[in-house]
Amino acid sequence: MSCSRRDFLKQACGGTLASVLPVSAFTFLSPEEARAAVENANVRWAFLVDTRKCVGCGLCVKACKNENEIPYDAPVTRTWVERMGGRDGFIDNVINGEEIDPDNIAKAFFVPKLCNQCDNPPCVQVCPVGATYQTDDGVVLVDRDWCIGCGYCIMACPYGVRFFHPVHKVADKCNFCYHRITKGMNPACVESCAFDARRIANLRDPDDPVTKIITTERVAVLKDEYGTKPHVFYIGLDENVR
Amino acid sequence: MTSEAVVHGVEWTVKELFVYPNEFIYWSIQIVMYPYMTGLVAGAFVLSSLYHVFGQKDLKEIAQFSLVFSLALLPVAALPLLLHLQQPLRAMEPLLTPHFTSAISAFGIVFTAYALIVISEIWFVYRRYFVDQVHELKGKEGFANMLRLNVYRALTMGSFDISEEALRVDHKAAKILAGVGIPVACFLHGYAGFIFGSVKANALWMSPLMPVIFIMSAVVSGIALCMLTYIVIMEWKAFRKRRTEGVTAAIEIKGAETDIINTATKYLLGFLVAAISLEILDLIFRGYTAMKSWDILRSVMYGKDFINIFVLQYTLGNLVPFVLLLLPGRTLKRTVVALLLVLFGVFMMRWNVVIGGQAFSLSFSGYMHYHIPIIPHSVETFKEGLFGALTVIVTPFVLFWMINKFVPSLERGEEAKY
Repeated sequence: MSCSRRDFLKQACGGTLASVLPVSAFTFLSPEEARAAVENANVRWAFLVDTRKCVGCGLCVKACKNENEIPYDAPVTRTWVERMGGRDGFIDNVINGEEIDPDNIAKAFFVPKLCNQCDNPPCVQVCPVGATYQTDDGVVLVDRDWCIGCGYCIMACPYGVRFFHPVHKVADKCNFCYHRITKGMNPACVESCAFDARRIANLRDPDDPVTKIITTERVAVLKDEYGTKPHVFYIGLDENVR
Repeated sequence: MTSEAVVHGVEWTVKELFVYPNEFIYWSIQIVMYPYMTGLVAGAFVLSSLYHVFGQKDLKEIAQFSLVFSLALLPVAALPLLLHLQQPLRAMEPLLTPHFTSAISAFGIVFTAYALIVISEIWFVYRRYFVDQVHELKGKEGFANMLRLNVYRALTMGSFDISEEALRVDHKAAKILAGVGIPVACFLHGYAGFIFGSVKANALWMSPLMPVIFIMSAVVSGIALCMLTYIVIMEWKAFRKRRTEGVTAAIEIKGAETDIINTATKYLLGFLVAAISLEILDLIFRGYTAMKSWDILRSVMYGKDFINIFVLQYTLGNLVPFVLLLLPGRTLKRTVVALLLVLFGVFMMRWNVVIGGQAFSLSFSGYMHYHIPIIPHSVETFKEGLFGALTVIVTPFVLFWMINKFVPSLERGEEAKY
């Protein structure tokens, strides 16, 4: 059997590739990586907001701004509280000089908003450089060293939770205080809420009391029509909340 | 400086009724300029391809010019993006670490591919000219001539064969490149439409028709700009010739030829009809299906933005030039007016998509108004203001003037054989 140099090289390259490819499918994990992979499978962060308990004090917003170093006077924020209802948008029971019976002022309540840490996050999908990404435990993070500041993620978020950080000039948003929750602490807003209106949950832990509420009581999410699978659950939501 | 001043968007956004706190007009004038300039690139290339691929002989003169003009426009398509980025120094990242689920990550690949096609097509078309110049300049005295000689020598890239056979190959290569270039040009711009059309959070943008609408209006604006620039330059040349060498010499130059303008106008009208039809279809469909977002969209389109959309874009930018171009006895002056209006109409279309898409809140219960910064008082208000936009508009003409020094796309008579 004769073998030209061309054939030899061809077959040698082919053979090497064929033998290398299956091997490259296996990677060696360091012990830390292995532990992280297993442990993270047991965590899926979620959030529960009880709108019946919120009094609209705004301490959560203040705590968030302090904790995450968002300039206090800048009109951007990682979390905010919306005031809903009243009657026809009025905030006082005296309308056009006429006093209204308090019974007619229904549905006046507060809705705290924050990032929904979607399971199908459009912001991650549209980031051209992968600077915003989803962790294994479900939280969407932003890499401040890699974000180019194009604003596509801000446009893609149906909830309007993203903004440009006034100091760092990159996209920014709530991350459930990832630096705190991964160390077993509560997010700053949860910590500061005196009424238990905001609570953090690990959906993979069946014994988590907040997870129990989410799985056994009637909760709703915001704007599910966008298919983003949001993970901030609300008690006492109304159709007017958007 | 208060910290408020540095929040991107605060400078030019005015909010009305219920708007989420983080909502601002984040994509401002430069993102209006981006699809506008990309559209001009794609349109100019399509016009040049009508001659190179489909053999529209009467378009030859304008086709050569469009091809070179398309190259001058090309860097300017990326300029608005650069001016808009919050981190312009990281502009290369989408090319180096593209995240392929994002429409923007395709930009680097498509843009580079397109640039290579345009540059190599120009090279094949003008190679013989480069070689001729080298032979002509050889032995001539003077620093300028030496400089020119070296530039042309570099441009030939060592290929001095101008035999019949070699030129035939050149011609064939240019034709193939022009043919490949059409889908790539359409993709370059169609994907700009996809960037907007695929944003599911934005009720106005989200439409599968968006890329097609963008391509059609791109070709319209590209043809219009090429025709306009061509007419102005040729008339100016004829005018100068008449001043310096008298009436007889002017006849040789003739100015812009009517048959070229007539043929280009036909294509312009065709694409204009396609663009308007698609836009109207999109509008009717939204009204007819009346999804949740229709209430706020209707109040924006028929209320807040009525002048911008129906008066400036559809009437002044589409209907009036359409009538002007169709009425019999068209003169060159009337054509110029119509072309200016067409360019204005396409610009308003981009404006109404980009700014109009951010004119309402994601809550569907409030509005945002955009006030373009006129007098800049910071880098940001320059970049994302009137003067930033004007910089983008002026650059391609400056580039064209420079490129045209070495690649004469407007020569006639003896030179026109290239």
